[in-house]
Amino acid sequence: MTTATLEAPARRPIDPLAEAIADIEGTPETEPVAVEAAEAPVKTKELVIVNWSGDLDKVWPVLILSSTAAASGVHCKVFVTFWGLLPFVKDERRIVGETWMQKMLTLMQRPGIDHLKLSKMNFLGMGPWMMGTLSRKYHVASPRELLEAATALGVEFVPCQMTMDMFGLKREDLIDEMGEPAGAATAIELMTGADASLFI
Amino acid sequence: MSLQISQVLDARGLSCPMPIVKTAQAIKPLPSGALLELLATDPGSVKDVAAWSRSTGNAIVEQSADGGVYRFVLRRK
Repeated sequence: MTTATLEAPARRPIDPLAEAIADIEGTPETEPVAVEAAEAPVKTKELVIVNWSGDLDKVWPVLILSSTAAASGVHCKVFVTFWGLLPFVKDERRIVGETWMQKMLTLMQRPGIDHLKLSKMNFLGMGPWMMGTLSRKYHVASPRELLEAATALGVEFVPCQMTMDMFGLKREDLIDEMGEPAGAATAIELMTGADASLFI
Repeated sequence: MSLQISQVLDARGLSCPMPIVKTAQAIKPLPSGALLELLATDPGSVKDVAAWSRSTGNAIVEQSADGGVYRFVLRRK
Protein backbone atom coordinates (compact mmCIF):
# COMPACT_ATOMS: atom_id res chain seq x y z
CA MET A 1 0.00 0.00 0.00
CA THR A 2 1.24 3.41 -0.89
CA THR A 3 0.66 6.54 1.09
CA ALA A 4 -1.62 7.71 -1.68
CA THR A 5 -4.08 4.91 -1.08
CA LEU A 6 -3.80 5.30 2.67
CA GLU A 7 -4.63 8.94 2.39
CA ALA A 8 -7.32 8.37 -0.18
CA PRO A 9 -10.76 9.51 0.86
CA ALA A 10 -13.47 6.92 1.25
CA ARG A 11 -14.41 7.23 -2.40
CA ARG A 12 -13.26 5.42 -5.48
CA PRO A 13 -11.01 7.57 -7.70
CA ILE A 14 -12.68 8.66 -10.88
CA ASP A 15 -9.82 9.46 -13.23
CA PRO A 16 -8.74 6.52 -15.42
CA LEU A 17 -5.10 6.56 -14.33
CA ALA A 18 -5.96 6.44 -10.63
CA GLU A 19 -8.51 3.76 -11.42
CA ALA A 20 -5.88 1.65 -13.17
CA ILE A 21 -3.51 2.02 -10.23
CA ALA A 22 -6.28 1.13 -7.84
CA ASP A 23 -7.06 -1.99 -9.88
CA ILE A 24 -3.52 -3.20 -9.43
CA GLU A 25 -2.92 -2.09 -5.87
CA GLY A 26 -6.39 -2.47 -4.52
CA THR A 27 -8.58 0.23 -3.04
CA PRO A 28 -9.45 0.75 0.57
CA GLU A 29 -12.82 -0.50 1.70
CA THR A 30 -15.40 2.13 0.87
CA GLU A 31 -18.92 2.72 1.97
CA PRO A 32 -21.35 1.64 -0.73
CA VAL A 33 -22.49 4.80 -2.51
CA ALA A 34 -26.22 5.00 -2.98
CA VAL A 35 -27.13 4.96 -6.66
CA GLU A 36 -29.49 7.87 -6.97
CA ALA A 37 -30.19 7.46 -10.66
CA ALA A 38 -31.70 4.03 -10.14
CA GLU A 39 -33.96 5.30 -7.35
CA ALA A 40 -35.30 8.38 -9.14
CA PRO A 41 -38.35 7.69 -11.31
CA VAL A 42 -37.72 8.08 -15.03
CA LYS A 43 -39.45 11.23 -16.25
CA THR A 44 -41.78 10.71 -19.19
CA LYS A 45 -40.51 12.59 -22.22
CA GLU A 46 -42.71 15.31 -23.67
CA LEU A 47 -43.21 16.50 -27.20
CA VAL A 48 -45.22 19.59 -28.08
CA ILE A 49 -46.23 20.32 -31.66
CA VAL A 50 -47.83 23.55 -32.78
CA ASN A 51 -50.14 22.66 -35.65
CA TRP A 52 -50.43 25.97 -37.44
CA SER A 53 -51.19 24.87 -40.98
CA GLY A 54 -54.35 23.38 -42.43
CA ASP A 55 -52.47 21.93 -45.42
CA LEU A 56 -52.57 18.20 -46.07
CA ASP A 57 -48.79 17.96 -46.36
CA LYS A 58 -48.34 19.57 -42.95
CA VAL A 59 -51.25 18.17 -40.93
CA TRP A 60 -50.33 14.68 -42.11
CA PRO A 61 -46.81 14.69 -40.61
CA VAL A 62 -48.18 16.32 -37.44
CA LEU A 63 -50.53 13.34 -37.06
CA ILE A 64 -47.79 10.83 -37.97
CA LEU A 65 -45.35 12.29 -35.45
CA SER A 66 -47.88 12.78 -32.66
CA SER A 67 -49.32 9.25 -32.93
CA THR A 68 -45.82 7.75 -33.13
CA ALA A 69 -44.69 9.81 -30.14
CA ALA A 70 -47.62 8.53 -28.08
CA ALA A 71 -46.91 4.98 -29.30
CA SER A 72 -43.30 5.41 -28.14
CA GLY A 73 -44.34 6.38 -24.64
CA VAL A 74 -43.78 10.09 -25.20
CA HIS A 75 -46.40 12.41 -23.75
CA CYS A 76 -47.53 14.44 -26.77
CA LYS A 77 -49.58 17.60 -26.90
CA VAL A 78 -50.60 19.40 -30.07
CA PHE A 79 -51.49 23.08 -29.86
CA VAL A 80 -53.86 23.74 -32.75
CA THR A 81 -53.96 27.27 -34.09
CA PHE A 82 -54.80 29.43 -37.14
CA TRP A 83 -55.50 27.38 -40.29
CA GLY A 84 -54.53 24.29 -38.34
CA LEU A 85 -57.85 24.43 -36.52
CA LEU A 86 -60.07 23.84 -39.56
CA PRO A 87 -59.15 20.13 -40.02
CA PHE A 88 -60.43 19.54 -36.47
CA VAL A 89 -63.93 20.79 -37.20
CA LYS A 90 -66.62 18.08 -37.06
CA ASP A 91 -67.49 16.35 -40.34
CA GLU A 92 -71.10 17.48 -40.42
CA ARG A 93 -70.17 21.16 -40.06
CA ARG A 94 -69.86 22.45 -43.61
CA ILE A 95 -69.84 26.20 -43.07
CA VAL A 96 -68.94 27.52 -39.65
CA GLY A 97 -68.69 30.96 -38.14
CA GLU A 98 -71.13 33.67 -37.25
CA THR A 99 -70.43 36.60 -39.56
CA TRP A 100 -70.46 36.46 -43.37
CA MET A 101 -66.70 36.87 -43.44
CA GLN A 102 -66.12 33.92 -41.11
CA LYS A 103 -68.53 31.85 -43.19
CA MET A 104 -66.71 32.87 -46.37
CA LEU A 105 -63.43 31.57 -44.92
CA THR A 106 -64.81 28.09 -44.44
CA LEU A 107 -66.50 28.26 -47.83
CA MET A 108 -63.11 28.88 -49.41
CA GLN A 109 -61.36 26.30 -47.22
CA ARG A 110 -63.69 23.42 -46.46
CA PRO A 111 -63.15 22.30 -42.85
CA GLY A 112 -62.79 18.69 -41.69
CA ILE A 113 -60.01 16.09 -41.67
CA ASP A 114 -60.99 14.67 -45.09
CA HIS A 115 -60.84 17.96 -47.00
CA LEU A 116 -57.24 19.08 -46.71
CA LYS A 117 -55.45 20.85 -49.54
CA LEU A 118 -51.80 20.62 -50.52
CA SER A 119 -49.53 23.58 -49.78
CA LYS A 120 -48.16 23.24 -53.30
CA MET A 121 -49.35 21.50 -56.46
CA ASN A 122 -52.94 21.60 -55.29
CA PHE A 123 -54.23 22.13 -58.87
CA LEU A 124 -57.88 22.51 -57.85
CA GLY A 125 -57.81 19.28 -55.87
CA MET A 126 -55.91 17.21 -58.42
CA GLY A 127 -52.80 17.08 -56.19
CA PRO A 128 -54.61 15.89 -53.04
CA TRP A 129 -56.54 13.33 -55.11
CA MET A 130 -53.28 11.93 -56.47
CA MET A 131 -51.76 11.94 -52.97
CA GLY A 132 -54.80 10.06 -51.66
CA THR A 133 -54.61 7.49 -54.46
CA LEU A 134 -50.88 6.96 -53.92
CA SER A 135 -51.25 6.72 -50.16
CA ARG A 136 -53.93 4.06 -50.53
CA LYS A 137 -51.79 2.16 -53.03
CA TYR A 138 -48.85 2.17 -50.62
CA HIS A 139 -51.05 1.56 -47.56
CA VAL A 140 -50.17 4.83 -45.89
CA ALA A 141 -52.66 5.61 -43.15
CA SER A 142 -54.94 8.55 -43.97
CA PRO A 143 -55.08 11.66 -41.77
CA ARG A 144 -58.41 10.37 -40.43
CA GLU A 145 -56.96 6.98 -39.43
CA LEU A 146 -53.95 8.69 -37.84
CA LEU A 147 -56.16 11.14 -35.95
CA GLU A 148 -58.16 8.22 -34.55
CA ALA A 149 -54.93 6.41 -33.55
CA ALA A 150 -53.48 9.57 -32.02
CA THR A 151 -56.51 10.27 -29.85
CA ALA A 152 -56.77 6.59 -28.87
CA LEU A 153 -53.13 6.65 -27.76
CA GLY A 154 -53.72 9.74 -25.64
CA VAL A 155 -52.36 12.60 -27.74
CA GLU A 156 -53.85 15.82 -26.35
CA PHE A 157 -55.10 18.41 -28.81
CA VAL A 158 -55.36 21.93 -27.44
CA PRO A 159 -57.35 24.38 -29.60
CA CYS A 160 -56.34 28.04 -29.66
CA GLN A 161 -59.05 30.19 -28.09
CA MET A 162 -58.10 33.29 -30.08
CA THR A 163 -58.37 31.46 -33.43
CA MET A 164 -61.72 30.02 -32.39
CA ASP A 165 -62.98 33.54 -31.65
CA MET A 166 -61.60 34.92 -34.89
CA PHE A 167 -63.10 32.13 -37.02
CA GLY A 168 -66.32 32.18 -35.00
CA LEU A 169 -65.83 28.55 -33.98
CA LYS A 170 -67.59 27.21 -30.92
CA ARG A 171 -66.35 24.30 -28.81
CA GLU A 172 -69.16 22.13 -30.22
CA ASP A 173 -68.00 22.85 -33.81
CA LEU A 174 -64.75 21.01 -33.04
CA ILE A 175 -64.37 17.24 -32.74
CA ASP A 176 -65.10 15.86 -29.27
CA GLU A 177 -61.49 14.70 -28.82
CA MET A 178 -60.25 18.29 -28.65
CA GLY A 179 -59.20 19.44 -25.19
CA GLU A 180 -60.02 22.70 -23.44
CA PRO A 181 -59.19 25.81 -25.47
CA ALA A 182 -56.16 27.80 -24.33
CA GLY A 183 -54.03 30.76 -25.35
CA ALA A 184 -50.49 31.68 -26.31
CA ALA A 185 -49.21 31.70 -22.72
CA THR A 186 -50.32 28.08 -22.36
CA ALA A 187 -48.57 27.24 -25.65
CA ILE A 188 -45.36 28.88 -24.40
CA GLU A 189 -45.56 27.02 -21.09
CA LEU A 190 -46.09 23.73 -22.93
CA MET A 191 -43.20 24.35 -25.33
CA THR A 192 -40.67 25.49 -22.73
CA GLY A 193 -41.56 22.59 -20.45
CA ALA A 194 -41.28 19.94 -23.16
CA ASP A 195 -38.21 17.97 -24.24
CA ALA A 196 -38.84 18.95 -27.84
CA SER A 197 -41.24 21.25 -29.61
CA LEU A 198 -42.10 21.68 -33.26
CA PHE A 199 -43.95 24.35 -35.18
CA ILE A 200 -45.46 22.82 -38.30
CA MET B 1 -36.63 -23.65 -27.50
CA SER B 2 -39.93 -22.21 -28.58
CA LEU B 3 -41.23 -18.96 -27.18
CA GLN B 4 -44.65 -18.65 -25.63
CA ILE B 5 -46.22 -16.00 -27.88
CA SER B 6 -49.27 -14.32 -26.32
CA GLN B 7 -50.43 -12.49 -29.42
CA VAL B 8 -49.56 -12.09 -33.08
CA LEU B 9 -49.93 -8.71 -34.76
CA ASP B 10 -50.06 -8.82 -38.54
CA ALA B 11 -48.95 -5.41 -39.80
CA ARG B 12 -47.94 -6.69 -43.24
CA GLY B 13 -48.68 -4.20 -45.98
CA LEU B 14 -48.90 -1.24 -43.61
CA SER B 15 -46.65 1.78 -44.01
CA CYS B 16 -44.94 3.93 -41.42
CA PRO B 17 -46.03 4.71 -38.73
CA MET B 18 -48.87 2.19 -38.49
CA PRO B 19 -46.77 -0.91 -37.59
CA ILE B 20 -45.44 1.02 -34.56
CA VAL B 21 -48.80 2.60 -33.69
CA LYS B 22 -50.55 -0.79 -33.86
CA THR B 23 -47.74 -2.47 -31.90
CA ALA B 24 -48.11 0.07 -29.11
CA GLN B 25 -51.87 -0.50 -29.04
CA ALA B 26 -51.52 -4.31 -29.14
CA ILE B 27 -48.86 -4.60 -26.42
CA LYS B 28 -50.60 -2.26 -23.97
CA PRO B 29 -53.24 -4.70 -22.61
CA LEU B 30 -50.75 -7.61 -22.32
CA PRO B 31 -49.32 -8.47 -18.89
CA SER B 32 -45.70 -7.59 -18.12
CA GLY B 33 -43.34 -10.18 -19.60
CA ALA B 34 -45.82 -11.36 -22.25
CA LEU B 35 -44.56 -11.79 -25.79
CA LEU B 36 -46.01 -10.10 -28.86
CA GLU B 37 -45.08 -11.28 -32.32
CA LEU B 38 -45.08 -8.54 -34.96
CA LEU B 39 -45.06 -9.21 -38.70
CA ALA B 40 -44.32 -6.28 -40.99
CA THR B 41 -43.31 -5.64 -44.58
CA ASP B 42 -42.25 -2.01 -44.17
CA PRO B 43 -38.43 -2.07 -44.53
CA GLY B 44 -38.28 0.99 -42.27
CA SER B 45 -39.70 -1.11 -39.44
CA VAL B 46 -36.27 -2.68 -38.81
CA LYS B 47 -34.88 0.64 -37.60
CA ASP B 48 -38.19 1.87 -36.23
CA VAL B 49 -38.98 -1.14 -34.04
CA ALA B 50 -35.47 -0.90 -32.57
CA ALA B 51 -35.97 2.81 -31.84
CA TRP B 52 -39.42 2.14 -30.37
CA SER B 53 -37.95 -0.62 -28.20
CA ARG B 54 -35.29 1.76 -26.85
CA SER B 55 -37.86 4.50 -26.21
CA THR B 56 -40.40 2.32 -24.45
CA GLY B 57 -38.23 -0.34 -22.80
CA ASN B 58 -40.14 -3.21 -24.41
CA ALA B 59 -37.37 -5.59 -25.45
CA ILE B 60 -36.86 -7.24 -28.83
CA VAL B 61 -36.41 -10.92 -27.97
CA GLU B 62 -36.14 -12.24 -31.50
CA GLN B 63 -35.82 -10.71 -34.92
CA SER B 64 -35.71 -12.21 -38.39
CA ALA B 65 -36.39 -11.39 -42.03
CA ASP B 66 -37.76 -13.82 -44.55
CA GLY B 67 -38.81 -12.97 -48.09
CA GLY B 68 -39.56 -9.32 -47.36
CA VAL B 69 -41.43 -10.08 -44.14
CA TYR B 70 -39.85 -8.82 -40.96
CA ARG B 71 -40.66 -10.70 -37.79
CA PHE B 72 -40.10 -9.34 -34.30
CA VAL B 73 -40.83 -10.93 -30.95
CA LEU B 74 -41.32 -8.21 -28.36
CA ARG B 75 -41.47 -8.62 -24.60
CA ARG B 76 -43.88 -6.38 -22.72
CA LYS B 77 -42.05 -4.27 -20.17
